[in-house]
Amino acid sequence: MTAYNQLPDLSPALPELFLAGGALALLMLGVFGGRTAVRYVTALSVALLAVAALPLLLPAQFGITSASTFHGAFVLDGFAIYLKILTLIGSGFAIAMSVAFARNENFEHFEYPVLILLATLGMMLMLSANDMIILYLGLELQSLALYVIAAFNRDSVRSTEAGLKYFVLGSVSSGMLLYGMSLVYGFTGNTGFPEIAAAITAQGGSSLGLVFGLVFILAGLAFKVSAVPFHMWTPDVYEGAPTPVTAFFAAAPKIAAMGMLTRIVIDAFEPVTHDWQQIIVFVSIASMALGAFAAIGQRNIKRLMAYSSIGHMGFALVGLAAGTQAGVEGVVIYMTAYLAMTLGAFACILSMRRKEGMVEEISDLSGLARTNLPMAVLLGIILFSLAGIPPFIGFFAKFYVFLAAVEAGLYPLAIIGILSSVVGAYYYLRIVKVMFFDEPARAFLPMPVELKFTLGLSSVFVMFFVVFAGSIVEMAAAAAGTLF
Amino acid sequence: MSNWPLLSITTFLPLVGVFFILLVRGEDAGAKDNMRRVALITTVFTFLVSLFIWGGFDPQNPGFQFEESSEWLGGNIGYRMGVDGISMLFVILTTFLMPFCILASWNSIQMRVKEYMIAFLVLETLMIGVFCALDLVMFYVFFEAGLIPMFLIIGVWGGKRRVYASYKFFLYTLLGSLLMLIALMAMYWDAGTTDIPTLMAHGFPAGMQTWLWLAFFASFAVKMPMWPVHTWLPDAHVEAPTAGSVILAAILLKMGGYGFLRFSLPMFPLASEAFAPLVFTLSVIAIVYTSLVALAQEDIKKLIAYSSVAHMGYVTMGIFTMTEQGVQGALFQMLSHGIVSGALFLCVGVIYDRMHTRDISAYGGLVNRMPFYAVAFLIFTMANVGLPGTSGFVGEFLTLMGAFQVNTWVALIATSGVILSATYALFLYKRVVFGALDKESLKSIMDLSLRERVIIVPMIILTILFGFYPAPILDATAASVTALVTNYQAAIEAANSTALLAH
Repeated sequence: MTAYNQLPDLSPALPELFLAGGALALLMLGVFGGRTAVRYVTALSVALLAVAALPLLLPAQFGITSASTFHGAFVLDGFAIYLKILTLIGSGFAIAMSVAFARNENFEHFEYPVLILLATLGMMLMLSANDMIILYLGLELQSLALYVIAAFNRDSVRSTEAGLKYFVLGSVSSGMLLYGMSLVYGFTGNTGFPEIAAAITAQGGSSLGLVFGLVFILAGLAFKVSAVPFHMWTPDVYEGAPTPVTAFFAAAPKIAAMGMLTRIVIDAFEPVTHDWQQIIVFVSIASMALGAFAAIGQRNIKRLMAYSSIGHMGFALVGLAAGTQAGVEGVVIYMTAYLAMTLGAFACILSMRRKEGMVEEISDLSGLARTNLPMAVLLGIILFSLAGIPPFIGFFAKFYVFLAAVEAGLYPLAIIGILSSVVGAYYYLRIVKVMFFDEPARAFLPMPVELKFTLGLSSVFVMFFVVFAGSIVEMAAAAAGTLF
Repeated sequence: MSNWPLLSITTFLPLVGVFFILLVRGEDAGAKDNMRRVALITTVFTFLVSLFIWGGFDPQNPGFQFEESSEWLGGNIGYRMGVDGISMLFVILTTFLMPFCILASWNSIQMRVKEYMIAFLVLETLMIGVFCALDLVMFYVFFEAGLIPMFLIIGVWGGKRRVYASYKFFLYTLLGSLLMLIALMAMYWDAGTTDIPTLMAHGFPAGMQTWLWLAFFASFAVKMPMWPVHTWLPDAHVEAPTAGSVILAAILLKMGGYGFLRFSLPMFPLASEAFAPLVFTLSVIAIVYTSLVALAQEDIKKLIAYSSVAHMGYVTMGIFTMTEQGVQGALFQMLSHGIVSGALFLCVGVIYDRMHTRDISAYGGLVNRMPFYAVAFLIFTMANVGLPGTSGFVGEFLTLMGAFQVNTWVALIATSGVILSATYALFLYKRVVFGALDKESLKSIMDLSLRERVIIVPMIILTILFGFYPAPILDATAASVTALVTNYQAAIEAANSTALLAH
């Protein structure tokens, strides 16, 4: 019998505790520090995220250390460590990339980095959640922070509309998730993932009520990863939210939601793999196809990135659909690649700025190769990578998810996947064409240094992944191995 | 030098040139000249290094040589390099042609020289990599990555419809190669490795071979290109700059034929046998149909592009005869076509640089002002026709001989293509070079400059040399081809005997 009156071991949750305390302290600093404190808060937030990653890096032998605390509700294994580090990187760069935008667009509010910190805290909880309750707590902490950030530009109709839309739809999805959880609890009598799995096995497989619960849970989670048919909010929110917010939305929350989805289906619903596999296969095919076809007609680059991210979630789900260790490894590699490519792409989108302000039409990139060759080349590389062309990281990401799908015998899924990636290649090529083949438009203002840094770092990663791919694949395999 | 990783050095040497070009600053004429010189020196140096491969190559050994192996992705997907008689000469062909491509672009490319030279050097690395890779995933990476520089070369420095042509080139080839990617993964799970020599010995189940063969066929048939998926080629050729056309015709098309020889035949022998009639049909249609299409062209480059499709028809036909003559002939035809079609595109580039048009009707009577050019063009035209004494003859003759042993009807129809090719090639030559020089614009046209002679003369020498003395190529390839055909026959016989036992 576990002693419930004792304080649980807090060491696995050290990064979360640190983030929570730090975020509150920075909030105080922002409130009482006056106008000039904003920059300190921003800088300290990035530092805080970096420091929060340290305890995760210490037990760097992924997969070897696996600790659980809070009576099994919170687990820190290789899978969580890997994805948490990705999430922290995504959030850190998202804050850093907002600096120049904030200065120029009258966007300097200390609440912004603090809200990102709180959202990140929620994501870390989601990634470590081994229990429905923790999962829901983390998810809501993240979502509430995101709703506010989406509407952060209070004076803009588009931004407030995006926030409201996100809030209403997000609440509905949270409701579905909660309802699904209650059904699962009702039919298995547990909220912990391992206990649910054990209860299902004891019952000898799925029951109608359980499947109902599963469907509702997956619907709620599909909303969070913006997978079809729960993707409707994505283009509007991406377009309406201020661009640094979009950059944040596209990166870290997707990683956390995908990690959470993976853990819940693999750990809790492992005995009914066949039931959820069908759903994931459908969602994956629908996301890939919609992401590919709907992006063709877009002229706004943020909207295009929204459809592109829907498509990419579909590709990542191909790995999950396999339901094997190779599949989870594929998902982890895919999210790594997705993070690097998204950060790089948004660093470019954030530098699309002329004297009169930010521009976000694809046609504004016209002839970029002649006005700013380095940016055009790096963005071109990232776009080719997004299209999945070797030798860039995007190819290896697709390679590993499809490898898992082929192993699991999901040939139709793999073939539909590659067909939609050909369609997807078309719209990425269109941007390359605009940048390289078309006549130059007016040049953008010089890139701020933090965007240069982000773009440089991410494109180096995208370009040279082929050289050190082995070690990352090994880490991803170890991370995936801890789930099995 | 024997312990050096010679193949890796050859493959990645052009990237060193890229590094130096990146160091060149400025946009003025001097800087541009420096970039061109760096590119030229790099490609020449790469060619010289690659000659060590030929020098150290043991023609008696049918297996892979200069093998390198190290860890890469883990899970039996490794960094493996090696060449045998089938691939070695393609490496040499690539490194041989690159300096000429740089020279051919010396004056005609004035805009964005830096990017142009970088694109070509990167392309060279990727092309050599395709022929050296001994791991299926590595092969795929090189194979598909080559699309990027070619897409940019066509799209940035191409003609009027460059955007359309570049998209078509990219998406067509991508679709084909992605199907191959899925097949590659299925092979990985069946054999547990992507090491090419292991896969050759693996023996895939018969039912699986059919699907794998079809998936690889989708990729290589587009790349080759075979009728009816050849339509991207004329567009890409017409719109690409001269050097781009040369690379496209001389090297990129050969990847399809190389793929058939490296993968389809040795790894899926049963499926290859079953699908050989399909390949024969498509090949003879390609030979006859595209020759007729070539006859009707008004654009010089388009005409040569269609003739390339026809010539590739001989290659696919020769490969799938699975006879030693047929396969050797196909290999020879590919190498010879690499030189001859490359030279023909260079010849077109010469007059295009002067007149800025590719319409056949804009020319006529060039022999009066450009005698040297007329001679060079005549030699390459004859080689394209397959006149005895030129390298074009040897390959065509061997493939036809191979086809005759297997199926006389195929050989008969294919031979009619020789006549058709003579028709369109001579018709082109007559309209461009002969006749009265009555067009005002041509009256002041100059004969070949020194730079152009430097490009053309080595090609003439090789065309005639290999026409009279094909032994260096045939000797180098013989052992590997024999092993390929023997293994193939053994696999078919083994399958037949188990089928008999089952009865």
